[in-house]
Amino acid sequence: MKNKIILSVLVLFFTFCFIVLYKGLNNSNIYVPETKIEKTLIKFNSTDFYSGNKISSDQIFVGSEYYVLNIWASWCVPCRQEHPKLIKLSKNKSIKLIGLNYRDNPKNAKKFLNEFGDPYFMIIKDSKGMISVDLAAIGVPETFIINKDKKIIKRFLGSLNEKSLNEINLITK
Amino acid sequence: MKLSAFLLIILIIFNFTNLNSEENNDKIKNKISKNIRCLICQGQSVYDSESDFAVSIKLIIDKKLNEGLNENEIYDFLKKQYGEWITYDPEFNKKTFILWILPILLFFIGGAIILRKFIVQKL
Amino acid sequence: MLAHQIGHYSLILGFFFSILIIPISIKNFNKKNKIIDNKIFSISFFQFFFVLVSFFGLILSFVNSDFGNETVFNNSHTTKPLFYKISGTWGNHEGSLLLWLLVLTLFIFIFLIKSNNQPKKYRILTLLFQQVIIIGFFLFLLKTSNPFNYLFPTPKEGLGLNPILQDPALAIHPPILYLGYVGSSIIFSSSLAAVVAKHISTVWAKHIKFWILVSWIFLTFGIMLGSIWAYYELGWGGFWFWDPVENVSLMPWFCLTALLHCILVLEKRSTLSSWTIILSIATFMLSMSGTFLVRSGILNSVHTFANDPERGIFILIFLFILILFSLIIFFLFHKEKDQKIVKINWSSKEASILFNNWFLMYFLSVVLIGTVYPIFLDVLSSEKISVGPPFYYKLIIPFLIPFLFFMSIGPNLNWIKSEIKKIKTQIVLSFVISLLISFVILNQIGFVGLINSVLILVTFYLFFITIKDFFLKKFKNYSQIFSHFGFSLLILSILFNSILSSEKTINLKVGEEFSFREETIFFESIESIKNENYKSIIGNFKIKDKQNNFLQLKPELRIYNQPVMITSEADIKTTLYYDKFLVMNLVKDYEYFNVRYQVKAFMIWIWISIVILVIGGFLSLFQRSYEK
Repeated sequence: MKNKIILSVLVLFFTFCFIVLYKGLNNSNIYVPETKIEKTLIKFNSTDFYSGNKISSDQIFVGSEYYVLNIWASWCVPCRQEHPKLIKLSKNKSIKLIGLNYRDNPKNAKKFLNEFGDPYFMIIKDSKGMISVDLAAIGVPETFIINKDKKIIKRFLGSLNEKSLNEINLITK
Repeated sequence: MKLSAFLLIILIIFNFTNLNSEENNDKIKNKISKNIRCLICQGQSVYDSESDFAVSIKLIIDKKLNEGLNENEIYDFLKKQYGEWITYDPEFNKKTFILWILPILLFFIGGAIILRKFIVQKL
Repeated sequence: MLAHQIGHYSLILGFFFSILIIPISIKNFNKKNKIIDNKIFSISFFQFFFVLVSFFGLILSFVNSDFGNETVFNNSHTTKPLFYKISGTWGNHEGSLLLWLLVLTLFIFIFLIKSNNQPKKYRILTLLFQQVIIIGFFLFLLKTSNPFNYLFPTPKEGLGLNPILQDPALAIHPPILYLGYVGSSIIFSSSLAAVVAKHISTVWAKHIKFWILVSWIFLTFGIMLGSIWAYYELGWGGFWFWDPVENVSLMPWFCLTALLHCILVLEKRSTLSSWTIILSIATFMLSMSGTFLVRSGILNSVHTFANDPERGIFILIFLFILILFSLIIFFLFHKEKDQKIVKINWSSKEASILFNNWFLMYFLSVVLIGTVYPIFLDVLSSEKISVGPPFYYKLIIPFLIPFLFFMSIGPNLNWIKSEIKKIKTQIVLSFVISLLISFVILNQIGFVGLINSVLILVTFYLFFITIKDFFLKKFKNYSQIFSHFGFSLLILSILFNSILSSEKTINLKVGEEFSFREETIFFESIESIKNENYKSIIGNFKIKDKQNNFLQLKPELRIYNQPVMITSEADIKTTLYYDKFLVMNLVKDYEYFNVRYQVKAFMIWIWISIVILVIGGFLSLFQRSYEK
């Protein structure tokens, strides 16, 4: 009798483990941060890409309803794919498109812009990658929608596509 | 007697992190970066990786240390930014208490079984 | 091409034989005679033989770079050195499973030959249970990961082997580790068979001890090789990262080590039989779960393998069938021989072995829970957490202290009951010596924290007690003394390694230098050499110590062409006291290199002590025959 109880408890326990592991198989083991967030931007200081002047986040995020901050680098291959979408996005007048040049060589970055066009209203430098950590970004490319209260309301990991472009246009309408 | 000694030992080791705060900057930096997961790598710590993400985190750790933050404040900052996945040292909370308690519980259960079933009580 | 065909067909033939064994052995089982039919021997030999042929077929396909074979295409390249073409055979999922199968069939054949002094029913049942596992693996191999998939049209060139796997230690690491894992499958089948055949006895314990020892030796050695590989090849100067894949190999090790001690109690006092069976089952189940966790890609690990969820599901189902199967057999057939359990005295060898098992099971539960908890949490609440080194240190290190203490005292106790008074002086004397030594050492290196200090003390205690035993006990039980001595040395080296090592990371251009402690490290030059399958950039570094002795270190960056990948090869200068470890990394877009210089204390002793530990196990194999 006692044995039967132990046996059935063990069987139940292992069945539970089986179900959990079975479900776990379909989960991804790669970190995916949340994309819908409501987080106030941490203040940061940066330098302007072209002029090299010091600029603070308070000076960057002024005078518009919405901002789209795009992290890019000339060495990043998916950024090339994404670039035409950004050019398209720059036609949207209700947003300010801000580029964050991530851990890049300025010469290469300028060459990149000359070749593919410069869609950004303004580019700031993040030569050490530390501003990206303030934004809680994990890599390039990554795009954030920021509202006038300096709150991040949405983020896109990896290259922007047609769908995410529509989403941005919808949110910032 | 023995049990209380165990508990004491566990308590002492939990306070260990504070003892190390007197060590020099480099050691702390390495220690922190060993306990932080490189999010874009496969199972590597920030210390072990030279990826862009890891290098940025190392710089941030440096900067925060210079700003006067201590080890735990840096973990807290990174956890706030990236979530608990980033630290290799899970904190004790309602999500993780089973993780911390279960092995110790099993240890005591095992001890109780051994005492009751096998050992002769009187010498 | 021919090798590929032969390999494929003999694999299928092998499968045919492994199914054939089942009806024949059942028929033989029901016969009244006491000997096993010769047919069974020959069929199980053929089963092994054809898997062997198939394995050679795969090796030949690799050697000939036959890219018509999908496995070869995915994992090899014409420019790869011959040695790595061969080791590439088991450096991938399909090939490693074939190797696993090869060892399975080999071991059951050896078991049949070696067990002729055991009862027939028990031997046949072991064979049957083992065949269940073998057939499971055959199905797994043929269904989800056939190493002989045909590609048409034949590609001109292969994709190459991951460069970090091109390392001598890693080339032999999987086979050795598998010998350990698969050895545990024999223990599993034979203990279930012993339960069914009611053969659990001192005789059985003596007989199965051989297999436990063999698996333990290979498993220990295999884990060490993996660790050596991580140290030399991964280039971070660490040797154990508490990475899930590493933990997975440690779990059966804890279980097997517990079993190794527990079986002694069964052998000498014929008690603890249920516990022995549970450990035997658990060891193999943990080996299988290891395979599942590693191969299914459910864990985020540095040791990446090609993953495929379908394979994961297959192993998972197979694993749980085996678990249910063994649970049912255990509960249906197993009965404690006499209901009154043999009571054990506090001051006896068996009591200390119980404590050993108690602590080993605790360490096992820490590693097991730490490894799988994140999966469970993720599935049940979608929260992601990481469990890493700090968790394991906090929960394991304090418990090592009593563990090491029992380990020192235990072997000095007698079976059944011993008079503490008799051994008191020796024990106290060793304790005083170790107290003095640790005091002197701690004075030298400064305060290292309370736990570390006590740990150093008890480890020295074990160290001196084993040395004392070695000289006082003459050659009685020398295998145990060797192993325990090796273990104390291992803990000491790990402790001092972590306390005394130092390091510096710096960005450096050619021609620059930096000073560290009392040394100056000068980056003289770089040179570039073209090799067959990679291009290497070698940095020339000169290290000057305070006596003006020079040491040349040449860390290397390798740019592999197939697949394109950059690896850093550390240059390591090993002495008995420390390793000097220098590694450099490229920094994108800059002309400087990221240089990491480490002085790792007593590194070589970690490997030496594991070798001593293994030698102890090896000696035990001979000691058994010596005792007879």
